[in-house]
Amino acid sequence: MINKKEVVLEVKNLSIDIPVSQGILHPVDNINLHVERGEILCVVGESGCGKSLTSLAIMGLLPKNAQRTAETLELNKEDLQELTERQLADIRGNRMAMIFQEPMTSLNPSFTIENQLLEPLLRHKELSKDEARNQVIEMLELVGIKPAEPRLRQYPHQLSGGLRQRVMIAMSLLCNPDLIIADEPTTALDVTIQAQILELMMSLQEKFNTGILFITHDMGVVANIADRVAVMYAGQIVEEGPVSEIFDNPAHPYTRGLMGCIPVPGKLGQDNTLGTIPGMVPSVVNDFQSCRFGGRWDENYKENFEPCRLTEVPKKRRSFKVNLNEKHLVHFCCDECLHLSEHTLVEGSS
Amino acid sequence: MLAYTLKRVVVAFLILLVVSGLTFSLSHLSADPALTIAGEQASDEDIEAVRKLYGFDRPVIEQYVNWLSRALQGDFGKSYHYKAPVVEMISGRIGTTMTLGFLAIVFALVVSIPLGTLAAMRPNSLIDRFALLIAVFGQALPTFWFALMMIILFGVWFRWLPISGNTSWAHFVMPTIALGYYATPALMRLTRAGMIEVLSSDYIRTAKAKGLLPVSVLFKHALRNAIIPVVALAAVWFGFMLGGSIVIETIFNLKGIGWLSYDALLRSDLPVVQAIVLIFASFYVILTLLADLLNAYLDPRISVR
Repeated sequence: MINKKEVVLEVKNLSIDIPVSQGILHPVDNINLHVERGEILCVVGESGCGKSLTSLAIMGLLPKNAQRTAETLELNKEDLQELTERQLADIRGNRMAMIFQEPMTSLNPSFTIENQLLEPLLRHKELSKDEARNQVIEMLELVGIKPAEPRLRQYPHQLSGGLRQRVMIAMSLLCNPDLIIADEPTTALDVTIQAQILELMMSLQEKFNTGILFITHDMGVVANIADRVAVMYAGQIVEEGPVSEIFDNPAHPYTRGLMGCIPVPGKLGQDNTLGTIPGMVPSVVNDFQSCRFGGRWDENYKENFEPCRLTEVPKKRRSFKVNLNEKHLVHFCCDECLHLSEHTLVEGSS
Repeated sequence: MLAYTLKRVVVAFLILLVVSGLTFSLSHLSADPALTIAGEQASDEDIEAVRKLYGFDRPVIEQYVNWLSRALQGDFGKSYHYKAPVVEMISGRIGTTMTLGFLAIVFALVVSIPLGTLAAMRPNSLIDRFALLIAVFGQALPTFWFALMMIILFGVWFRWLPISGNTSWAHFVMPTIALGYYATPALMRLTRAGMIEVLSSDYIRTAKAKGLLPVSVLFKHALRNAIIPVVALAAVWFGFMLGGSIVIETIFNLKGIGWLSYDALLRSDLPVVQAIVLIFASFYVILTLLADLLNAYLDPRISVR
């Protein structure tokens, strides 16, 4: 039995800078993440908070103009920053794989399913074409494409969205990777297919004991599949912890805002509206001159507390443990935000 | 795929039928052929005799059907001026034109696809600017001027290459470059545009995420998709080069079809003109058909539409 505590992905102080004409974008700002073997870590956040860039940064597939810096970026204790482009290509699709948001466009329209599925195997494993083909068929049946053989000769446009995403999942699993990064894999699918795909991913993850970094903005999906959750906001991780902790006891106002946006059948009366978080994710051009969450506090908070009005460059970020739980951490960008949320925090440490 | 092929073939036949009708009627409308054959000093009786002899007094439809049925059997009649069978005149010269057209389109593709790809990989880089420079020159320079400049440089000053005739492969070097360069700008810019679009597509990201090496990402996954419109354009350009090599054939004194058509037009040699127009139109239609089929093979989605 593999030790549950084995860390497959370790990210420390990962930042991404993109120079633009108005200054420098900081879409990802000093984030820490880790994924253990056999674990699903969900990274949640609204559009533009840096989730997808984080996943591309880990894969080493950032656009050319984006600069990645990190204190630690390790896959199975191997430093990904030390590797040459060629060595990184040896790892991609082999020891870490990725599933993308758009199954309709993520497969090459000009090649058959067989051709595209054989590629990672022939690239990374020393297999004959027949052996590889058998593995492809086996994997397609595992992701629920039965019978698999007639599908091999088909082109992507002959498959539905759900089938294509199954093909993408099969592709990611072919070389039995340590880590799979799934970037909103169910967002483009309709709801019934979403449920099937999530179920499939969970069962396969259990079977292969892979670590999954699952990126989504859908709290419903998080509740379904996550072991741990990291809430991302404006390029930073604001709260992280076991899924039950986060759902039962959200500590950061942003996490609470997200929770308020989940429609729960039966719980919403006629007169109360579905929650929203006021405002928008702040622009991430240049350094922040004020609190990132300023102006987005909801009415309940505003009644009891003065919203954060920090106008200077925030002090060092502060992290706090919630409810004495070692694993449930909340990070505030500034002391003022911390002060505002303090009533929920039992014990604090910097 | 089979249904698609059949459909394209039927359409091609219909186009050819229309072209043959147009060719025939236009050339008959442009001048009185009996007058041309009989000559300037001929009397009215002579002209009438010629008209009877060649069947020009018959209804046009009948003449057309006769001409077409013979043409389908490979008989385009005799040249009014040279008195030789048109088929022989053409078959003796078509090799030269085909060789020149083929070499020119190959030259154009060999230059434009790698250069367009390199330019697309680094937009606005030095190599992109260089490619743009070549494209702008190719678009702006008249073919005949470019050909003459090459003759002066490589034929007269350096004496590296022969400047006239078609007796050896060396004779084809300059005509090929002159004619091929004309097609290069459009093909190269289309390759570049297609490549830039494809390289930013999701499936290229997938290919990279699989760990494929850049060579395979570029040449297998990207080029195949970027090249689809280039194939269609290249087919059209090939047709254009077969028919449009008149200037080049005249400058370099290559006795091909282009040269023959120029000669036949000057002499109002109708059977020759008709045959050449029909043959080149057929080439065009067949090339377009082949390009369609090749496209359907490259992009399997096309045959579904």
